[in-house]
Amino acid sequence: MQSEALNFKNAARGAIADPNLRQALSNLETGFVAARSRAAAGLDEFEAMRDVAVDLKNHILANLDFYLARFEERVVAQGGTVHFCATAEEARQTILDLCRDYGAKTVTKGKSMVAEEIALNPFLEANGVEPIETDLGEYIIQLAEEPPSHIIGPAVHKTKDQVSDLFHEHHGKYGKTERLTEPEDLVNEAREVLRQKYFDADVGITGANFLIAETGSTIIVTNEGNGDLTQMLTPAHVVISSIDKVVPTLEDVSTILRVLARSATGQEMSAYTTLSTGPKRDGDLDGPGGFHVVLLDNGRSDLLGTEKQDMLRCIRCGACMNHCPVYLAVGGHTYGWVYPGPIGAALDPHFLGIEEAHHLPNASTFCGRCQEVCPMRIPLPSIMRHWREEAFEKKVSAKSERFGVKTWAFFARRPKLYRLATRIAMRLMGRAGSVRGGRFESLPFASGWTRGRDMPAPEGRTFMDRWMAGER
Amino acid sequence: MNTKSAHRANVGLFVTCLVDLYRPTVGFAAVKLLLDAGCTVEVPESQTCCGQPAYNSGDRADTKAIARNTIAAFEDYDYVVAPSGSCAGMLKHHYPRLFEGDVDWELRAKSLAAKTHELVSFLTDIAGVTEVKAALQGSVTYHDSCSGLRELKIKEQPRRLLGTVNGLSLKELPTAETCCGFGGTFCIKYADVSVEMVSRKAEDIRATEADLLLAGDMGCLLNMAGRLKREGSEIQVRHVAEVLAGMTDRPAIGETEQV
Ligand code: SF4
Repeated sequence: MQSEALNFKNAARGAIADPNLRQALSNLETGFVAARSRAAAGLDEFEAMRDVAVDLKNHILANLDFYLARFEERVVAQGGTVHFCATAEEARQTILDLCRDYGAKTVTKGKSMVAEEIALNPFLEANGVEPIETDLGEYIIQLAEEPPSHIIGPAVHKTKDQVSDLFHEHHGKYGKTERLTEPEDLVNEAREVLRQKYFDADVGITGANFLIAETGSTIIVTNEGNGDLTQMLTPAHVVISSIDKVVPTLEDVSTILRVLARSATGQEMSAYTTLSTGPKRDGDLDGPGGFHVVLLDNGRSDLLGTEKQDMLRCIRCGACMNHCPVYLAVGGHTYGWVYPGPIGAALDPHFLGIEEAHHLPNASTFCGRCQEVCPMRIPLPSIMRHWREEAFEKKVSAKSERFGVKTWAFFARRPKLYRLATRIAMRLMGRAGSVRGGRFESLPFASGWTRGRDMPAPEGRTFMDRWMAGER
Repeated sequence: MNTKSAHRANVGLFVTCLVDLYRPTVGFAAVKLLLDAGCTVEVPESQTCCGQPAYNSGDRADTKAIARNTIAAFEDYDYVVAPSGSCAGMLKHHYPRLFEGDVDWELRAKSLAAKTHELVSFLTDIAGVTEVKAALQGSVTYHDSCSGLRELKIKEQPRRLLGTVNGLSLKELPTAETCCGFGGTFCIKYADVSVEMVSRKAEDIRATEADLLLAGDMGCLLNMAGRLKREGSEIQVRHVAEVLAGMTDRPAIGETEQV
């Protein structure tokens, strides 16, 4: 996907002014946030489970090469193939080659953020392979020709009415001419439209939430069951995933699953947890003819051993964005690239470069709620701060901003000068403020502030001034 | 701390730049509360700011210089107390990180961190204050500032002390833990997003129908007061220390005598 991250400020303005988006996001806030809090409160050992999951992931990251080698060995033993890909281009090309090997004209797809990361759909389309999204949310945004705005709910930015319109517009050609409004009816209509496509597809592509080193299985977690059909009814199943998803054993996966669904949607478990282990064997009733795992690195291994390694613990639950007041104000598209919200602010600069993505880690108040709810206890604000430091060093941010900080710091580093300057400034501001009712409606040097709020005036003499004069 | 013990805790007050410049009343309220709790209070003159504007802008070099100044200024006190969760959190959690591996400063940063506290939690958790002698007729609602809440776990301490203020009733804000959108330089750099966040916050505050909004951090208070005033709201905004110290005779934030 083409990055629009540099456009963050403009996009934010547009998003804030969009009443549909506001409504959609408020549903997200009341739905997921309340559900997660109930789920967390409902399991006594939830916090302890988080700790176990964190330790587990840290162990995996310290032994990543071992578990990846083991995973590949097991996949091969089951009759499948693992394709390690260093870059997004390599992964795209590998998948296209596989589609061609199987003579695929259409492919069905389950939800995959890694597929978004490598911009798979446009690439397949440009090369004569039609991708059909089967996850309801992905299907909706495919019709709308938009990127996902949330990592577990790609279409959370759409209201029910907008989905009704979209289906009404696109489903006529299947003989469905009535404009449906009930969520259940809409889901059923999408299912009917998609059903035939499962049978027609030549390759099924899914993502993976986990790769199990012990068994060579891949796992997807969904609430729709579309993934099962995607991968079972086609001649070949291609899994697109990334190296950070490997987990040693099935037992370990169940540990992480317990925190995943609770953090994501507040469910105890997602409705479907689907394991795929190799292609169809002799005697199996169904299953794909071929089983391929395309494993993307895309710079992830460069994070190992750095202060940003903790990001690789992410299990893509989406809790950080559900709880982020900035995300809830501006929505996922404003971030301008694949991963939105706090995890995007931490991750996207790594993929895009800080020059391109510098707004994302800066557009945070560091309120810390993301870190508080992240099941993997990823220190998202600290990672964002590292990016800010990199941006500052490289002089990426606006010159005026850096000049402002530097000027202020010049005084803050020199207490005597600081005292003198602030004493004069506050007296002036205090006096000006007192004739204006104690606040300013506009201030030339703080127009960003006063555009949407008044600036309370200082009391006048500074505390230090009064204290040093003996006032108590 | 036992107020009757021979050694009265010697507190260095970290005024914080916003209190120093914007609202000295909060500084005097803090002094009064600390004295009432049996401490001695000094205000080192060489303090300026905790360094967050630089730290959160990615300017590590300036942050370190400012931090070294703060550390040196407060080395002689038993405790460092700040009327702000955000600045106390900076001294307590971020200074030690800033100097990790620095032989000259890491230990000094850590010992400063160990004795640094936010004002209200210092009163309740360290000084053993269980009640205040103050009165306020009216209802208040309370915003939990993010750093205090999440870095320092300040939640029930201010409510506990507010509960002992004569005549005061607390109307809880359902979104008390949601960020107001201040975020230091964020409120200027991403002004549109910040205004949207504080507008939502103001809506929730107004819905409580409280007479007064309190919080423990000047940044958030200026932001929320600024928005409430812009909307023409009658709700007064004050730092929690002003109410606990019974110093509510000064005009509220963003107001003057004649209003
Ligand atoms: S960073 Fe944490 S909260 Fe956000 S998606 Fe990843 S695991 Fe979930």
